[in-house]
Amino acid sequence: MADLRINIAGIESPNPFWLASAPPTNSGYQVQRAFEAGWGGAVWKTLGDPILNVTSRFAAVSFNGQKVAGFNNIELITDRPLEDNLKEIYETKKLFPNHTIIASLMVEPKQEKWHEIVKQVEDVGVDGLELNFGCPHGMAERGMGSASGQVPELVEKQTYWTKEAAKTPVIVKLTPNITDITYTAEAAVNGGADAISMINTINSLAGVDLDTWNTIPHVGGKGAHGGYCGPAVKPIALNMVGECARHPRINVPISGIGGISNWQDTVEFMLMGSSCVQVATAAMHHGFRIVEDMIEGLDNYLEEKGITSVMDIVGKSVPKYSDWGDLDLNYEIVARINNDVCINCNKCYIACEDTAHQCIDMLKDENGNDMLRVREEDCVGCNLCSIVCPVDGAIDMIEIPNELPVMTWNDRQAALGAVGCEVDVVDKLSKG
Amino acid sequence: MTHLTKSRISLTNLSENFEEVDPGLTNQEAIEEAYRCLYCYDAPCITACPTGIDIPTFIKKIASGNLKGSAKTIMTENAVGASCARVCPTEELCEGACVLNHSTEPIMIGNLQRYATDWAIKNEQVLFKPEKKNGKSVAVIGGGPAGLSAARELGLLGYDVTIFESEEEAGGLNSYGIVSFRLPQTISFWEVEQVERLDVDIRTNTTVGKDITVDEILDNYDIVILAVGMSKVPNLGISGENLEGVYDAIEFVKDTKTKPLSDKFLGKNVVVIGAGNTAIDGATCSVRLGAENVKILYRRTVDEMTAYDFEYEFAKQDGVEFRWLTTPTKIIGDEHGRVTGIECIKMALGEPGEDGRRRPVPIEGSEFTIKVDAVIKAIGQSRYIDLIDQFGLKHHDGVVTVDSESFQTSNEKVFACGDVIFGKGQGEAMVVSAAQQGKEVAYAVHKMLFKNVSEPA
Repeated sequence: MADLRINIAGIESPNPFWLASAPPTNSGYQVQRAFEAGWGGAVWKTLGDPILNVTSRFAAVSFNGQKVAGFNNIELITDRPLEDNLKEIYETKKLFPNHTIIASLMVEPKQEKWHEIVKQVEDVGVDGLELNFGCPHGMAERGMGSASGQVPELVEKQTYWTKEAAKTPVIVKLTPNITDITYTAEAAVNGGADAISMINTINSLAGVDLDTWNTIPHVGGKGAHGGYCGPAVKPIALNMVGECARHPRINVPISGIGGISNWQDTVEFMLMGSSCVQVATAAMHHGFRIVEDMIEGLDNYLEEKGITSVMDIVGKSVPKYSDWGDLDLNYEIVARINNDVCINCNKCYIACEDTAHQCIDMLKDENGNDMLRVREEDCVGCNLCSIVCPVDGAIDMIEIPNELPVMTWNDRQAALGAVGCEVDVVDKLSKG
Repeated sequence: MTHLTKSRISLTNLSENFEEVDPGLTNQEAIEEAYRCLYCYDAPCITACPTGIDIPTFIKKIASGNLKGSAKTIMTENAVGASCARVCPTEELCEGACVLNHSTEPIMIGNLQRYATDWAIKNEQVLFKPEKKNGKSVAVIGGGPAGLSAARELGLLGYDVTIFESEEEAGGLNSYGIVSFRLPQTISFWEVEQVERLDVDIRTNTTVGKDITVDEILDNYDIVILAVGMSKVPNLGISGENLEGVYDAIEFVKDTKTKPLSDKFLGKNVVVIGAGNTAIDGATCSVRLGAENVKILYRRTVDEMTAYDFEYEFAKQDGVEFRWLTTPTKIIGDEHGRVTGIECIKMALGEPGEDGRRRPVPIEGSEFTIKVDAVIKAIGQSRYIDLIDQFGLKHHDGVVTVDSESFQTSNEKVFACGDVIFGKGQGEAMVVSAAQQGKEVAYAVHKMLFKNVSEPA
């Protein structure tokens, strides 16, 4: 068995699978059940001044018959008394000393408030703190959550206040409801954050009922935006993790969150720079038992690759994540249709014909059977045909080797600059 | 499900006819089906599986791409799980219990189980490692599903296990008795190999009572597990049984799995006596050997037939004819001692017998003769009474008497499981039940020798 233990900013955990701060970590009972099932850590549902919740809190988006492709919630931070949570954290840590418990915190942006709650949770033995600067609903209207998480100065200041009091590592959880997450990530680092986690949920409205015209969900006929998570948000989260991981001034470890449902998602997030992952929606859909496959699948993957420790994969794809201007303009792929596998649904044809580059021909072979062929000289290698193809192996994207050297947009601009060409297309366009 | 039909039987290349009928799921089919599984909690399919395989978990692992883990989840509960994926009457077991029967269509659990185990076989996975030895030894007599299952479990518990197998290879019914086009030998051999990997010593070509005495075994092992299954098909008790062209269905099927396929059935007329799963196997093998006409003769009706529904359907699609309420009275031969016909009599159902099934009674004067070239007997199997007596075990007409909880026989160091305890209202005839009994025997042995040791979860 590979070594699945991880270390993020000095916080150790038996495996990289943590439950995110969310309904699954609302109580000691739940977190203990999760640890028994195999979860390595849990970020306790956010503590702060107790709030009131509404009923009707969640909604999910199904896609093509698959339930919970995306998940939306308007639940707030814990509605249980702080002393109850502290007592249960203490008990849980006593029962599971080797598992990781992180306290998620959210208080008003005041120095003494942060000092006070940090002391309270550290006194009951948490392994680290996670500052919730991300919750997009309810708390934001009170100047907390994403309201402070969207202002880099507030992120930096509150992180700093926490660090003044904290003895355990501080993780800052970032909101994706911002144009460029690296601004707030950098602010957290400047405030002294030991690690960052992302993403919190994305502002969302799950749907509108066609008959009642109510929002989904609604509370007595009225709705409000919620936070979106689940498998649908994974690409957004993965990009934000990657952007932070490759940023030269964001040099702290990352805990990845956002749509992670299985060991494969976990590997992707770790390759893109996460030292551990946090999960909520998948556990809410299927129960804590999913972690068994996550652990076993990750272990089998590492064993197959001959990797002894899971920490060895952290960040391995980060050097491959770059800017558009660094991509090779001379790299060329084209689509090739394997007619022996093709089932002739013609979806590739119509996708290409109507919405791409009109380079697939509908033909008959020598026996009069339907066949499709790509005119490779016209194909731009956009992948659309292979994306819409419903059959494994019917369309391959093939690299066409050429003699040309690697030439990126940036190389090109530099070369043009060197010969004194003044034309900057992008600049011209933007001034349009 | 694609299926060879009579029209597709090759008369020129018989071995083609014995290739596995069901091609198995493609990757895409498996993924789509796996994602259709609801991943129920406390799922009824688990309860319906005699071996209690955690079905939603192994299916979830197919969806996540953890195929090794999926195969391990299956094989942990069932040492012959790859064979069971092919031969279990799933519509009566796991698939019959699937909650989706109440909303859409049940999940193809058997096919998914096959997909995961096929992957493990193809990728030569070793799923289990031997445990530290605990110092106790067990002799398992018979390397079929029950014996293998017991040996595997005991191997995992650290026992020094020796299997005595009279055939050339272990696997029993799975290796020799189930037709190749349903269950190729390679599948069964892989399961045997998984057991051997736990340092289980399998002594093939070794018949207990002949090559090694019963006393030697009783003296040299702490525990003995009798899992010898059943023996040959008994005689019909009618004249002409010794004619050339009369076959024991078990031997007949075994020959198709172990010898070059014979062309002597090409264009011939064959009757099979009996209507259990073995009779179906005898009939469908005959079709695949090129027989022109194959009839199953059964003294009762379709309602009393013991063959699984899917086996019955399979035989019908192969073009096998069924003659209900028909009993053979005489096999007729020519001057060379070869079968030329069979005389039968029509039956009617009378009062229910001991087993609750209505007894067939002959209708006087209804005799008729069918022209046949071969007769295959498939009226059940006889028992290894002699061996059971050598062990001095209590039995009922060759059905070894065991404690229903512990599977202990009248000799406290001898346990029994599988077909050797099936019958007389005891046990179950399915491969999957034998596998479960093997597990339970292993736990019972472990409990007896290491009291207060809990069963592995």
